[in-house]
Amino acid sequence: MFARGLKRKNAEDPEDVEGCPAGAQATPSYSLQRQSLLDMSLVKLQLCHMLVEPNLCRSVLIANTVRQIQEEMTRDGTWRVVAPQAAGRAPLDRLVSTDILCRSVREQEGECPAPAMGDGQPDLVPGLAVAPAAPAPRSPQSSLWEGDGSRESRGGFQKSLDQIFETLESKTSGSVEELFADVDSSYYDLDAVLTGMVGSAPSGPGTGLQAFASAATSPPGSSCRSDLGELDHAVEILVET
Amino acid sequence: MDLMVEASPRRIFANAHTYHINSISVNSDHETYLSADDLRINLWHLEITDRSFNIVDIKPVNMEELTEVITAAEFHPLQCNVFVYSSSKGTIRLCDMRSSALCDRHSKFFEEPEDPSSRSFFSEIISSISDVKFSHSGRYMMTRDYLSVKVWDLNMESRPVETHQVHEYLRSKLCSLYENDCIFDKFECCWSGSDSAIMTGSYNNFFRMFDRNVRRDVTLEASRENSKPRAGLKPRKVCTGGKRRKDEISVDSLDFNKKILHTAWHPAENIIAVAATNNLYIFQDKVN
Repeated sequence: MFARGLKRKNAEDPEDVEGCPAGAQATPSYSLQRQSLLDMSLVKLQLCHMLVEPNLCRSVLIANTVRQIQEEMTRDGTWRVVAPQAAGRAPLDRLVSTDILCRSVREQEGECPAPAMGDGQPDLVPGLAVAPAAPAPRSPQSSLWEGDGSRESRGGFQKSLDQIFETLESKTSGSVEELFADVDSSYYDLDAVLTGMVGSAPSGPGTGLQAFASAATSPPGSSCRSDLGELDHAVEILVET
Repeated sequence: MDLMVEASPRRIFANAHTYHINSISVNSDHETYLSADDLRINLWHLEITDRSFNIVDIKPVNMEELTEVITAAEFHPLQCNVFVYSSSKGTIRLCDMRSSALCDRHSKFFEEPEDPSSRSFFSEIISSISDVKFSHSGRYMMTRDYLSVKVWDLNMESRPVETHQVHEYLRSKLCSLYENDCIFDKFECCWSGSDSAIMTGSYNNFFRMFDRNVRRDVTLEASRENSKPRAGLKPRKVCTGGKRRKDEISVDSLDFNKKILHTAWHPAENIIAVAATNNLYIFQDKVN
């Protein structure tokens, strides 16, 4: 995407990205790159959150990156914090889908199950598996790559970030067990479940799992596809056994 | 005739992890082992499947405050009360189980100070440690982050004693690698039996070997197309800029889908195993 990695500008840094005068940290091109990085990161966080098995390490790293950018933009004075009443009224359209997802999941499941070691499976509200599929996620690409966009959404993003983590925790602790709760442990069913989750073979049984497969949008990068490829391969091995 | 291998589980240790398990390490006492997930480390007895002891827990009361996760853990090869665990912020903590039951306080804390001149928004991500391995001698440990492997002396917490660049030419591509998620790839590393060499994987089916005594390193390729069986592997070179020589490959031609994440070195012989996507390669030293 970029010919060079995105670097913070140093006063002595002679190299400029696009011929802007050296030493100006908030040059237009740098700000643009930083904004792109912020937008890309927010998209990644939202997509993380919609995966069946969210990767906590990845989410934490991306969230920390977002915080870093936010801190720098605050120091630069380019971060406009929204007045409380405006945040309430104006729709935070970039993050609203995440907000709705988090809220609906939390309302349904109540207290997050405490993951004590040695305990049995935590109790779960049956609706948990279905909730993430309910509101169709708006296409993140179109809204995030518009020019200036609705910068008033920035003020609410920290709260949404926290909500993402709460949901990630509750999803990780419960949703996988919930998925497999009704599944027989024989190899055949496991194969069918995996096939259904991957979504590449539409013959997977169970409407609940189908909902997951269709709800999980593929991320922009190729890593998700290669993960799915590995999953397919694992399924082939199981079938041969 | 194809060889079919059927594995059957002998013991199942269940219900002790809420997050993705990243490490398992058998203790030198051969009776216990640890398992680590993103936020917790548990200690097990090999014969007891329904009980484990939690020895590290970094889960914050409020998950909104979570900024760091556990990425790898390993027992010391000789001292059965000592283990280390690494984090997504590039730190390693050494814990001694004799000091307390819950090892939330570390005995040693290893972290290299950040180089301010190379700071970027990706600094934290690339400092995240994907693997930690003790040397066979137990004197050193090695950590793998996105661009380098570092060797640490257990007696010096302030910085590593050796740093080896795996693919420094990727530093200028970090934004693209962040976009396509490759920056989150978790590479492992391993020691040779005598601890004189270390090995780790890279992209394009390349893997790297570093000789610690002779201070020499080599890039090799695990690929059927580019090597004949029983022939010696030819060293590869990545061209970082300017004129590309005939045998070199340019950074932009690297295949980032062909990643070597797992490698292993025989504990006594110079035989290595390299996993390249869905192929396993076994190489050995040429016998003269």
